[in-house]
Amino acid sequence: MSKTAWLNLYGHPAPLCAKVDPLRHSVQLGAREFEVGAERWEVPTRGNIYGIALNFRGALAALGSATAAPPYQSPPRAPILYLKPRNTRIGYGAPIPVPAGIEALAVGATLGVVLSQSAYRVAASEAEQFIGGYTIVNDVTIPHDSYYRPALKQKCRDGFCPVGPWIMERDQLGSADGLAIRAYVNGKLALENTTANLIRPIRQIIADVSAFMTLAAGDVLLVGLPENLPLARAGDRVAVEIEGLGRLENPLVAELPAPGHA
Amino acid sequence: MKRARVAYGGVIHAATEDAGGVRLGSGECIAASEVVWLPPFEPQTVFAVGLNYADHAQELAFKPQQEPLVFLKGPGTLAGHRARTRRPKVAFMHYECELAVVIGRPARHVPRAEAYQYVAGYTVANDYAIRDHLENYYRPNFRAKNWDAATLLGPWLVDTADVPDPMNLKLQTRVNGKITQQGTTSKMIFDVPFLIEYLSGFMTLGPGDVILTGTPEGVVNVQPGDQVLTAVEGLGELLSFIVEDSASAP
Repeated sequence: MSKTAWLNLYGHPAPLCAKVDPLRHSVQLGAREFEVGAERWEVPTRGNIYGIALNFRGALAALGSATAAPPYQSPPRAPILYLKPRNTRIGYGAPIPVPAGIEALAVGATLGVVLSQSAYRVAASEAEQFIGGYTIVNDVTIPHDSYYRPALKQKCRDGFCPVGPWIMERDQLGSADGLAIRAYVNGKLALENTTANLIRPIRQIIADVSAFMTLAAGDVLLVGLPENLPLARAGDRVAVEIEGLGRLENPLVAELPAPGHA
Repeated sequence: MKRARVAYGGVIHAATEDAGGVRLGSGECIAASEVVWLPPFEPQTVFAVGLNYADHAQELAFKPQQEPLVFLKGPGTLAGHRARTRRPKVAFMHYECELAVVIGRPARHVPRAEAYQYVAGYTVANDYAIRDHLENYYRPNFRAKNWDAATLLGPWLVDTADVPDPMNLKLQTRVNGKITQQGTTSKMIFDVPFLIEYLSGFMTLGPGDVILTGTPEGVVNVQPGDQVLTAVEGLGELLSFIVEDSASAP
């Protein structure tokens, strides 16, 4: 079943509007039809990518009573954000570098909510109209236990944020509040969860983030990372799949060594 | 050379310093008060370093860091010289006067001995904190440090050639003319070459990336109506107006 989506292909200067089939993993672009894997993909938005920590019930529960103890003292009150900066962004199919000395990376399977317009102090009841569409994101992370300090070293490495393949228009997907999220490592199912398990559902995320900062058109909000993320190593191929939206696949490769260490 | 980006006559201009005002590309000289000042370069990834002066860390009752405490900022918090910053209805909001280092070319695995080759220039930063909104997750969290128009950069991007020793510059903040914060970049725990080596050691930096290097002791609460002037020796004076947050949340 084909859906309207926006995408950026290598060699095309502007975003393209196409009919995509998330089940058959194919694209109809004008008269041309092709498999997703047959093209070179760019990140489908130029907006900023903001992640929200600890927004899956199971992920917060995994911290257990630690949230009441130092250094946290109490559970999170407002959304805890982080940024996936420009060096992290890669498209469908591009390799994710595994840094030297790091054995395995967590596959950060998540849904990206793409803003259609600037949003500040938006009520949850109005939030839907600020959503332009949805995309798939792999918020690649070096596994770490502490949420106390910003996790640049764990989350902001080059190539640590595959996005795509496309942005599906909001009304093409329907409700995003109960979508299955799956991750695969080398084709084998390694994670299954659903956006029904979000502590803050999407409308509430937009309300609570826009309560303290302005979001811009094209910005992407990652709804959160599920607990028990699968691990993958150099040589593996990982996929993040979201029900009705499609599948984002990337290989992991060993990072090029630093000069002088070859 | 001191460079600025200003809006004037409905156009954004690259400008240079000219006797108290700015000179536009056309050669016209305009008074400083006649233009809208933007950050003096187009910022890309914005890094900020916390607790990078031992005295400020002590002021906040923190032990010195073993490695730099670095956090990121989004574009919505950035503003230029003479910006208005809304003060939310909180108990404590403070300024932070900082040296900002602008990266000029792609940098990956840069050893500290070569770090200055990657710097395009320097500017002054005023990195406000909404202290009531601090939480102990990814601290300092976005809600405390990414308030709209609360990270000012400017007025000038000063070429590296004009800043022979960035690690020996006086910092000063004046609130309504009264000196409230003084320090020197020589007291940084992690200096500029270290920060470039550290960050480029695990990620690629690019032109327009900027590192806000932290603030010394002397941060005080500010109120609507306050004029806050943050200055770094040789770089310029960055003026900020605190205004009331009149709109209400939904």
